[in-house]
Amino acid sequence: MDTGELLALYEQMALIRRTEKAAHDLFLQGLVKGTTHLAAGHEAIAVGASAALRDDDYVFATYRGHHHALARGATPEECLAELMSRATGLCGAKGGSMHLTKAATNMLGSYAIVGAHLPMAVGAAWSAKLRGTGQLAVAFFGDGATNIGAFHEALNLAAVWKLPVLFVCENNLYMEYTPIADVTAVPRPAADRASAYGIPGEVVDGNDVVSVLETVARLARRARAGEGPALLEAETYRHFGHSRTDPATYRPAEEVERWLKHDPLDIARGRLVEAGVPEETVAEADDRARTVVQRAVEAARNAPSPDPREAFTDVWADGGAAWRT
Amino acid sequence: MADVITYREAVAEGIAREMRRDPSVVCLGEDIGEAGGVFKTTAGLHKEFGSERVWDTPISEQAIVGAAMGAAMTGMRPVAEIMFSDFLACCWDYLANEIPKVRYMTGGQVTVPLVVRTANGGGLGFGAQHSQATENWALTVPGLKIAAPSTPADVIGMMAAAIRSDDPVVFFEHKGLLATKGPPPPPDHVVELGRAAVVREGADVTLVALASMVPVALTAAERLAADGIGVEVVDLRCLVPLDMATVLASLGRTSRLVTVEENPYQGGWGATLVSVVADEGFGLLDAPVRRVAGECVPLPFADALEEQVIPTVDKVVAAVRSLAAY
Repeated sequence: MDTGELLALYEQMALIRRTEKAAHDLFLQGLVKGTTHLAAGHEAIAVGASAALRDDDYVFATYRGHHHALARGATPEECLAELMSRATGLCGAKGGSMHLTKAATNMLGSYAIVGAHLPMAVGAAWSAKLRGTGQLAVAFFGDGATNIGAFHEALNLAAVWKLPVLFVCENNLYMEYTPIADVTAVPRPAADRASAYGIPGEVVDGNDVVSVLETVARLARRARAGEGPALLEAETYRHFGHSRTDPATYRPAEEVERWLKHDPLDIARGRLVEAGVPEETVAEADDRARTVVQRAVEAARNAPSPDPREAFTDVWADGGAAWRT
Repeated sequence: MADVITYREAVAEGIAREMRRDPSVVCLGEDIGEAGGVFKTTAGLHKEFGSERVWDTPISEQAIVGAAMGAAMTGMRPVAEIMFSDFLACCWDYLANEIPKVRYMTGGQVTVPLVVRTANGGGLGFGAQHSQATENWALTVPGLKIAAPSTPADVIGMMAAAIRSDDPVVFFEHKGLLATKGPPPPPDHVVELGRAAVVREGADVTLVALASMVPVALTAAERLAADGIGVEVVDLRCLVPLDMATVLASLGRTSRLVTVEENPYQGGWGATLVSVVADEGFGLLDAPVRRVAGECVPLPFADALEEQVIPTVDKVVAAVRSLAAY
């Protein structure tokens, strides 16, 4: 990978980190209601995988999905406006933090029922195969999803139909508050299940954007060549708790410290410097990300609330909500 | 085409007509391929359209409906079969949380043009887990269209409308009607969703029925005619869109209402319909409203028990008589 490409990945990760920090701060200021599930710490998975995909590939994410929306073309302004219940939000403020979606770039949604989107990704891959487009579908999900039925049904069907779909588990060690190891029969909640479906199961350092990119690219080539799905377990760690109400006190201090030292941005920065990129060039990328997010926050703050009549649009394809004559 | 077609044959014919005109229509479900479905409602489809368009699946209701959703969001028009409507509970997340909500919660960014077909209803002695009339389950969720035809012609016409619909449709095929016969409809027959049919005119009492309860209502009407009671029968055909205009217009003529529902009285579709009548048609009524519905117990196995639970012609006749005399 040339340094220009790596710097671009770094800047994208910095943009996600800044956006998540902004979401956190806006929540504390009372400007984001409901809840948020921040992806700070998971940036390399979204950015690395996205860089390995075609622009028209399909991405399905979970309620911890800000990083995937941003990696697949949503702007910080669209995302923050959605979180802040603004009319200019990605989903017109009808979805909120847990449902960021950018269908125009085939980022087909963030779903808040654990595991539900894995079969959808299978369906998108089936559709791509039927239409002969060469597209791939990718489902990103947490470690907790590996113990739900839809995960297993999706893997089996994808394997049986040999579909171009990748299942990428973001294993951050905790389902919500409970360690995934305490409730799972095998050491690797995702990768160890792959053999049951006769598909490759791999583990990657999910905090190293280069490793993620290379691994996803290889599995994507294989899937696109008609060799079927694969399951990738990307090891990572959340910098925040599960959701806004969770201070994550259940995590041992030394574990937190160890993972914070294994930060995806630091790792990428280290690779850049090692490759001879001047520190100030990296700092400029950080500055650009900071500026973009600062402007996004201002724009979202100043955006209008949705028209109340919007509550009664978009149920049906005709744009309306009529259920009776 | 033959002079008559069965309801069972109409299902396959309705799907086949749409598959011939639109290459994006594909089918998936358990045993629907060469086997033609456990109820033979997909017989002939695999032979005509092949494995590329008619897909056998594992017993994985979540994967079936979830994959249909993903395919529908990406350019296909999938027709998914859930073998028995009781099994909708196995994939209820998709029908309650995913399919009806994704368009709305994305601000209209995606459409989900899919059909979930399922064999519904009792009367065949399949016991508590294979006999339920579950159309009211779907009615609890805004964002699903609900079709439940009562005749072979309507099966074909409503299947066309359902598959062409850009909205998700749950299509209830009644097990008790599969062997019934009727005239085949002409080519390109489409019955718009949300249009009830007045299938018998009468001046005294309106019976509103759905699916297998339509022939029950018609038989009751025939018997009541001998007593000089004129019964108007409305075949609702869809629960969403719900054709209240046709129901209220009928009540304008009869002033009396009985719903005939196979689903349980508790939470049955008649309760929603009657609440609209109470609100908007109170002045039209000259008598209380009666609901003849499934009893609020699980479906029992033995005929002698099952017929206690599912509405019968006798129960409908008794309800109408009590109102006519009011």
